[in-house]
Amino acid sequence: MTTTALPSQSAAAGGPVAYVTQVLAVTDAEAVKLRHDPMDLFTRAVQPILWLLLFGQVMARVRGFGADGSYLDFLAPGVLAQSVLFVAIFYGLSAIWERDLGVLQRYLVSPAPRSALVIGKALASSIRALAQSIVVYLCAAILGVRLAMQPAAIVGVIGLVVLASALFSTFSLIIACLVKTRERFMGIGQFLTMPIFFASNAIYPISIMPAWLKVIARVNPLSYEVDGLRALMLESGSSQFGLPLDYGVLASVIVALVIVATRMYPRLTQ
Amino acid sequence: MAGALIDEMRSQTVVQAIDLTRRFGPITAVDRISFEIAGGETFALIGPNGAGKSTLMKMLTTMLPPTSGRAVVAGYDVARRAQAVRAHIGYVPQVLSADGELTGEDNMRLSARLYLIPPAERGARIAAALAMMGLTDAKDRLVRTYSGGMARRLEIAQSTLHRPAVLFMDEPTVGLDPIGRRAVWSHVERLKAEIGAAVVFSTHYMDEAEETADRIGLISGGRLAALGTPAKLKAAQGAGASLDDVFTVLTGERIGQGGQRQ
Repeated sequence: MTTTALPSQSAAAGGPVAYVTQVLAVTDAEAVKLRHDPMDLFTRAVQPILWLLLFGQVMARVRGFGADGSYLDFLAPGVLAQSVLFVAIFYGLSAIWERDLGVLQRYLVSPAPRSALVIGKALASSIRALAQSIVVYLCAAILGVRLAMQPAAIVGVIGLVVLASALFSTFSLIIACLVKTRERFMGIGQFLTMPIFFASNAIYPISIMPAWLKVIARVNPLSYEVDGLRALMLESGSSQFGLPLDYGVLASVIVALVIVATRMYPRLTQ
Repeated sequence: MAGALIDEMRSQTVVQAIDLTRRFGPITAVDRISFEIAGGETFALIGPNGAGKSTLMKMLTTMLPPTSGRAVVAGYDVARRAQAVRAHIGYVPQVLSADGELTGEDNMRLSARLYLIPPAERGARIAAALAMMGLTDAKDRLVRTYSGGMARRLEIAQSTLHRPAVLFMDEPTVGLDPIGRRAVWSHVERLKAEIGAAVVFSTHYMDEAEETADRIGLISGGRLAALGTPAKLKAAQGAGASLDDVFTVLTGERIGQGGQRQ
């Protein structure tokens, strides 16, 4: 007997069009689920509203912390970044959940390259993040934050939110592949979120931090997201690091994380 | 399908395992298994839980790399050309792999895109596959409302949309009632007639293997204990022997109702 590949109807051939088709197939499946259950988007929006409404209002009265009312302007981009982080960092939980259900096997046995699956999932988390952004913008506008509404600025913000949520969700996916169970992930997820959040410029400037914390904040990708958002979201916004560096750091960290996640994702089922 | 075409298909080997082995630490789950499966053949792997059926199937479907030995599936080496293997096989894992939070049709659309079915053909192919599996009326329902048998049929439709050379199914009818089991198999038979794929499935139901399989591989303790047509396997144990007898004689074990070793 001879071993011959039988003709199959599906093109195994790749190419950029095929790759994008497979990435979007994964993203679209998640988007469809969000349409089935939009309540989820709203319940997740409560947290950023509380930060702006309660924390922001009180902290704005602290002397030396921008008592001229500018603290809310300072805080709004930080709260947006934080809400993106909090949603994305638990994304790995859904990967474990899909593994437990068996859905992950349906993805992994398909001819889609593993990186396409990872990027597809990362983009899916960006859809949630963009929905959150709308809530934060509305809330900030109501509280009198002077938001920049020029199309170019909005596009820039969308770019940062998509990048940051892809970054933290892929990071979360890697954690999921390491810990493998929901229980362990919940513990670690809580443990990671707070340091990433507090060791950044999200709710106070890096300049007032002790020296050792400054170092951590400067290597924390969240700081670059917040810095970019401060420049683009606000009418009088400015960037400390420069937008090219902000985008550059986020993009290179994502590339590194996707490479790692692509290697680890298939092992989740083994 | 014309006889000549079937003959040609059968002359091709679509699965070839050579000394295929998988160890998990000190445990050897699959131990130097070798066999071949011809195009269009229906092949059953029988054995109790823990015999190594799922591990074997995971290696053949590229979900798990072999520790040693090799396997060629649909013409490609599972270790070196995993992506090409995946483009030419369908796999229905033991756990439910359709997404319960999506409708039947959304699940099909996801598979159609992952398997790169040309956009112009997607709608028609999905509709035809749903019709063949008897799921047209249920296509707009969330899959979590499906019965076990319906979900299985949907997964088979998802796994064959790209007309694979081999369809692997790991315990496809476990947990289904007799009517559900029969419906799954009658649909698989129709599908085979349509696309001519070989079917490789694992089961611990002897009657199911006997009724549906051209050949059976008996697996016990990670080893292939016997291989042959149901008739040959039984004849080797003398007149009136059942497949249960064959298994007991060859392995010294019985398989209980739930697949446990006895």
